[in-house]
Amino acid sequence: MATFYWVRALSGGILIGLSATILLLFNGRIAGVSGMVNGAIKHTPHERWRWTFILGLFIGGALYEYVLAPQPTPTSIFSPRMMIIGGFLVGFGTRMGNGCTSGHGVCGLGRLSVRSLAAVLTFILTAISTVLVTHQVLAK
Amino acid sequence: MKQQLITLISGIFFGLGLGISQMIDRERVLGFLDVTGTWDPTLLFTLGGAVGVTILTFRWVLGRSTPIFSPKFYLPTKQAIDGQLLMGSAIFGIGWGIAGYCPGPGLVALVLGIWNPFLFVISLIFGSLVYQWITTQRVNCSQKVPTPKP
Repeated sequence: MATFYWVRALSGGILIGLSATILLLFNGRIAGVSGMVNGAIKHTPHERWRWTFILGLFIGGALYEYVLAPQPTPTSIFSPRMMIIGGFLVGFGTRMGNGCTSGHGVCGLGRLSVRSLAAVLTFILTAISTVLVTHQVLAK
Repeated sequence: MKQQLITLISGIFFGLGLGISQMIDRERVLGFLDVTGTWDPTLLFTLGGAVGVTILTFRWVLGRSTPIFSPKFYLPTKQAIDGQLLMGSAIFGIGWGIAGYCPGPGLVALVLGIWNPFLFVISLIFGSLVYQWITTQRVNCSQKVPTPKP
């Protein structure tokens, strides 16, 4: 693990934490991305601000990828089948469990919510087990 | 207007953070989750950095009576650790392990200009709508049952 990478990883994390702080301090809102998506597709006027956040995500992502990135993000290991199956489970699960890595993870843990801690431990554990199965068992 | 600007800035910081930390690199995320294989612990710094900041700042922010531009805090009200939370989170984790993306990085990866993140996001929205549809069906069914009069 090169020093360069952990510095980047840490700075990225701090930016994400600051993003959540800004949104809560000024607007009183939780920066949970699955909540943003679910609210955005509801089409009700008071949920429209969520589109603004999603627009910001794209601007920030593009700013990184096309202006700041030392090299383009690798796109070699994508698999359409994994995207479709994984995406469905992520959408279904985050709607059922009311949150994802950002809502329960970054914001829920920040609020010291025990409910969010239970959610985080559960999804980390099943994600690790899934990768164990796909990388170790199925690959052999 | 001021709230919209804050939302946009917050979104940009979030997207930039996901890019810089390389959570939009599916290989890096899967490497982080592969603890029994060739584990890549880099993203621990991302999660630690993000949660480290919110644990410090949220305490102070939520100590205020109101947010700066809004009349109140919109915080989740549910506190119960129930089957729905655990089952939903478990299903999400399985999806995360398969796709290598959680919702934020999946959305931001759309800027890479390739097809796979599009498939992920469309499938994510479909999965979310399917769950919503199932729950509305259940509510409709339970409404058909006449409530016993006391």
